[in-house]
Amino acid sequence: MAMTLAEKVFKAHLRDEPFPGTKVLNIDVVLCHEITTPVAINDLVARGKDRVFDSSKIKVVIDHVTPAKDTKTAIQGKIIRDWARRHNIRDFFDIGRNGVCHAIFPEKGYIRPGYTVIMGDSHTCTHGAFGAFAAGVGTTDLEVGILKGVCSFRTPETIRVNINGRLPEGVYAKDVILKVIKTLSVKGATDCVIEFRGDAVDAMSMESRMTLCNMAIEAGGTSGICMPDEVTLEYLWSFISSDYADKGAALKDFKRWWSDDGCRYARILDIDITNMAPQITYGYKPDEVKDVTEMEGTPVDQVYIGSCTNGRIEDLRVAAGYLKGKQISPLVRGVVSPATPRIFRQADDEGIIKIFMDAGFCVTNPTCGACLGMSNGVLAPGEVCASTTNRNFSGRMGKGGIVHLLSPAVAAVTAIEGRIADPRKFPKEMI
Amino acid sequence: MKTYGGKVLFLDSSDINTDEIIPAKYLTEISKEALKPHMLEDLKLQGFDPQATAVSEAKVIVTRANFGCGSSREHAPWVFEVNDINVVIASSFARIFRQNMFNCGMLAIELPESSIEELFEHKDSDASISVDFENDKLIISSPKGSKTCTYNIAEFDKALVKAGGWVDFADSKY
Repeated sequence: MAMTLAEKVFKAHLRDEPFPGTKVLNIDVVLCHEITTPVAINDLVARGKDRVFDSSKIKVVIDHVTPAKDTKTAIQGKIIRDWARRHNIRDFFDIGRNGVCHAIFPEKGYIRPGYTVIMGDSHTCTHGAFGAFAAGVGTTDLEVGILKGVCSFRTPETIRVNINGRLPEGVYAKDVILKVIKTLSVKGATDCVIEFRGDAVDAMSMESRMTLCNMAIEAGGTSGICMPDEVTLEYLWSFISSDYADKGAALKDFKRWWSDDGCRYARILDIDITNMAPQITYGYKPDEVKDVTEMEGTPVDQVYIGSCTNGRIEDLRVAAGYLKGKQISPLVRGVVSPATPRIFRQADDEGIIKIFMDAGFCVTNPTCGACLGMSNGVLAPGEVCASTTNRNFSGRMGKGGIVHLLSPAVAAVTAIEGRIADPRKFPKEMI
Repeated sequence: MKTYGGKVLFLDSSDINTDEIIPAKYLTEISKEALKPHMLEDLKLQGFDPQATAVSEAKVIVTRANFGCGSSREHAPWVFEVNDINVVIASSFARIFRQNMFNCGMLAIELPESSIEELFEHKDSDASISVDFENDKLIISSPKGSKTCTYNIAEFDKALVKAGGWVDFADSKY
């Protein structure tokens, strides 16, 4: 029977079907950070079950508040650090080596086509960019994942989104996903995976595909998914080369996961991006999206570039391309957080950090902090932030503030102008 | 087995998200009890006051579509749990929130929009709901009268509630 990629992954990982419609899957990678894991650790200890199913399949990072900002966050760090040491979890990234979870784990090669991935973080759907089934879960699911290496799911439907055409100048993956969310609505993909297909996706880098999949959850989706292809292969090759005779063999192996011709989709959506404008959110829900032209001139107090959505090297290059030789508006606070130490170093080597600093940006260490108003760029009531992050809920970056979600290109030109601006009207250097 | 039901808090909006249920700044807490005073603190809804008696006395929430969207934080069900709310009734839920509720042995009951509308008719009249878990029924009663609704929850979710949550269920089975 013809199957979708998600159905194939479910079939290959099926541990149990306790009731019709519910599948318990074996999990290949359990990812952990310091906000949602400590409660699971404490509960396991309290139950006398302080064990891990396989220390090599558990990957841990401290990323949300780092360095710790107060006693409470220091305690969260200590709980997860002590736990990782006590269970000999070698893939643990602490301060100095830590980065935003959904940027650092792919960078380390932990996510492979056909994998099942869970994490106590809703943006885990990012990792579907590698042709994996990757889902955000709560602390109890995480706890069972740590202890038993399994997780339960309803059999998901698949929504196929064909993204056709070529990205116009000044328009990026972020604009595409905002458009997709606008079309699907904030609940249009609940209990579904979103499969991103089409020539525009084929032409995208892994970084761009991660940006697409990252925001599947904002339409309610369980996982974003892209077909693993040559681009995936090149990204992963240094990690997997010893597993295959050659790249051709690896690619053949990847392609067995592809959705079959004639498989069943719950819905097929076609989006032509040829004439698309840069997109921006205007309200407090991620499906409240407009063309940037409709918001041009809106004053902002802060511009934030970073996060698991848009804190990768490609994003920093785009922003720097607009910022080179420019100064940001004196009315704006510019904050940029390269998502991992490697990205930070690469940006430094390429002169991108200097461009940001010359323009007047504050460059922070890799962390999630500002995106959810926990640290490193919290808004005051009434303030407006132009942000490359993924969530514009009321109070998200600070109580009483408003967040406009947008691409690194829109963020950069907005920082220059001090008002929402359209990158198509600005010169950009190739970096 | 726990009993489910009591006074109802009506939240007349769709898409109430996890940041509104429990803001991210409280995610640095590692005890569920510490979340207690902050339930629905950032929810902006006409006529809603998180400090009102109706909120502190509530045992059941009745709301609209896509409740609990956004973050994976289980702090959302936990803040309800420590405030003695163990039933949320909505026309639909975000997946992670729904699973978190059942994983904690709490009820996330989906009803058709028309039934939700009928429950909302009792909005301003001190309503209570009792849940007959064994028979998949709930009864709403208020000075306006009473009404019985049947509901469906997945067999798996029912088993989780009976087991007291997913950790106990999984631990005995896998």
